Amino acid sequence: MSEESQALATDLPDIGEPIITIRGLRNAFGEQVVHENLDLDVRRGEIIGVVGGSGTGKSVLMRSIIGLQKPNAGEITVLGRNVCGGDERYLGIRRRWGVLFQGGALFSTLTVGENVTVPMKEFYPDISQQLRHEIALYKIVLSGLPADAANKYPSQLSGGMKKRAGLARALALDPDLLFLDEPTAGLDPIGAAAFDELTRELQQTLGLTVFLITHDLDTLYEICDRVAVLADQKVIGVGTIEELLATDHPWIQEYFNGPRGRAAKSAQMRAHPADYEI
Amino acid sequence: MSEVADFTVQHDEDNQAVLHFFGVLDISTAGEMNHRLNGLNQQIDIIDLDGVEAVDTVGAWVIHRLRRDHIAEVRHASPEAIRLMGAVASADEPGQVKAPEMIAPLRILAEMGEATSRALGSTFGTIGFIGSLLVSFVDVARNPSRFRWRALVRHFELVGVTALGIVGLMSFLIGIVIAQQGAVQLRQFGAEIFTINLVGRLTLRELGVLMTAIMVAGRSGSAFAAQIGTMKLTEEVDAMRTIGVEPMEALVLPRVLAAVLMMPLLGFYSSMVAIFGGAILCSLALDIPITTFVTTIQQVVPMHDFYVGMIKAPVFGAIVALSGCYQGMLVKGNAEDVGLRTTAAVVQAIFMIIVLDAFFAVFFTWVGWG
Repeated sequence: MSEESQALATDLPDIGEPIITIRGLRNAFGEQVVHENLDLDVRRGEIIGVVGGSGTGKSVLMRSIIGLQKPNAGEITVLGRNVCGGDERYLGIRRRWGVLFQGGALFSTLTVGENVTVPMKEFYPDISQQLRHEIALYKIVLSGLPADAANKYPSQLSGGMKKRAGLARALALDPDLLFLDEPTAGLDPIGAAAFDELTRELQQTLGLTVFLITHDLDTLYEICDRVAVLADQKVIGVGTIEELLATDHPWIQEYFNGPRGRAAKSAQMRAHPADYEI
Repeated sequence: MSEVADFTVQHDEDNQAVLHFFGVLDISTAGEMNHRLNGLNQQIDIIDLDGVEAVDTVGAWVIHRLRRDHIAEVRHASPEAIRLMGAVASADEPGQVKAPEMIAPLRILAEMGEATSRALGSTFGTIGFIGSLLVSFVDVARNPSRFRWRALVRHFELVGVTALGIVGLMSFLIGIVIAQQGAVQLRQFGAEIFTINLVGRLTLRELGVLMTAIMVAGRSGSAFAAQIGTMKLTEEVDAMRTIGVEPMEALVLPRVLAAVLMMPLLGFYSSMVAIFGGAILCSLALDIPITTFVTTIQQVVPMHDFYVGMIKAPVFGAIVALSGCYQGMLVKGNAEDVGLRTTAAVVQAIFMIIVLDAFFAVFFTWVGWG
C-alpha cells in the first residue's frame, strides 16, 4: 500500500506528455464490432473532446478507459498503469480520476453533500467527518451550486444542478483526470455555456486533464484543446478543429461544416474575433 | 500513507508564532494533518509554506481554514498554492451536508401525524383507485376493441402458467404435512380414516386458495408494483397519458383481470395437488389405498367446500393485483421508493387476504355452509 501511493504521487507525466495511451483497442458485442485497432493519446493538462456519430462507441471508449468495460484486445495505459487486466495496481489509480456520468448517476438515497463524501469515505477513511463535510461543501460551491444545495436530495434538483452535483462528486478526490460524458446534453444554452466555462475554469485552477465526450459543437469550439473523432471503429483524426478541417474525411467535413457546425464557428468568431484575424 | 506532511510551530524575533508546513499537503495527508492541527492550542500569526512540496485543494482548504480561524498571514506560498487557496476561499460558504433532522419528541409527533394522514390518504386513495378502475372497466366493456387482449394473455401466463411449478410443489408438501400431522393426532382415537376428511375439506375450503393467494402475492403482486413503479420513475406512465393511453386501461386492468381469473384456477389446482399429496401419504403411511381415498373423499367433502374456495379465490386475486398496481402507481422520486412500495404491496395484500379469509369463514358458517 505505501509503496503504491509513493508511486502514485510521482508518476504524473509532464504537461503535454501522454497521460492516457490506448493502443490497438478492440471492443465487440457479439457480432457488432464497436472498436477495431483504435489508438489514442490523451496529453496531460489538455481538454480533449471526443466526438462521433451515435453508436460509434464514445461511451464504450470511456468505459474501457475507466475499467467498466473489458476490451476484447488492446492495451490501455493510464498514468503508466495498464488498466485492462492483470495489473493489480489498477485499483489504486481509481482514486486519481473522477467520472461524471450522463445523467449525473447520483446516489438517490443520499443528499448531494453525502454523495460527495462517499468517495472520500471509501478511499481516505482517516479524514474526520467534520473535515469531510467541509471538503464536500467547498467542492459543491466550486462546482457552481449554492451551498444550501448540499443537504438536498438529487430528486429535488433540476437537471443542470444534478450535473453540477455529479461534477462535485467527480472532483471529490482531487483527481488528475476528469471524465465527462456529455456534460452539456439536456442543458439549456445558458446553462450549457456556464457549464463549459466552469469546466475550463476548474481545469485551469485544479490542473486537470479532461476527457470529454460531447455532441455540443459550441463546447468543442469553446473549451477543447484537441478533438478526437471516432468513426469507422477507430479514431480517424485527432487535433485542433482547424487541423481536422484540413483533412478530407467526409464525416469530419459534414460534422464541422454542416449548418450547426458553421453556426458554432461563427458564434466562436464573434466571441473571440482576435483569434480569427488574418 | 507514505506521503509525508508535517508542521512545526516556532516563535520568530518579533515573538510571532510561525507555523511551518512541510511535505505534501494533499487529500492523503489531510486527515492526519487536520487531526493534529485540531490539537493545536495556541494562536498562530504566520503560516509559512516554504517547505511545502505539493498541494491540492484539500491541502489548500486546510491552510485556508487555519488562516481564517487564526486570522494569520500566509508566507512563501507557491503560485499553485495561492491559486488553489483563492479557489477554496471563494467557495467557503456555510452549509449542511446532512438532511435537516428534527429533535426526537417533535419527530415522533410529526411521524405520528404523517402516519395518520397517510392512513387516511391511503384509504381515500384506495377507494379512488378502485373507482377509477371500475370506470375504465365500464369504458372498456362498452368498447371491447380497446381492451388489451395481448396484455391480458401475457399476464395469464405470468400470473398463472409460470406459477404452476412452485404452487404445485408447495401444495403437494402441504397436503403431505396435513395428512401426516392429522394422522398422528387422529390415531390416538383410532380414527385415522378421518385424515381423508381433514385433507379434503381443509385444502378445498381454506388452505389451497389461501396458500396460493399468498404465493401469488409474493410472485405477482410484487412484480406488478415493481413494474408499474419503475414505469412511473422512467415517466413511461406519463408518456402513456400524453398519447391518450389510459394507464388504468393499459396497465392495471389486464393485471387485475388476469389475477382475478387465474386465482380460481390456481387455487383449484393447488387443492387437487394437495389432496394428491395427502393421498400418497395415506397410502404409504396409513395403508389406505388410493381408490379408497378417492371414493371416501367424494362422500365426505360437501360440494359447498369447493364453492367456498372458488368464491374466495377471485376476491383474493383482486386484492393482490389491486394492492400491487395501487402501490406501483404511488411510486415517485427514487429507486428506494420502488422497493418500499413493493414491500408495502405484498404486506398489504397478505394482511388483507388473511383478514378477509377470517371474515369469509364466519360468513359461510353463518349461511349454513359450515
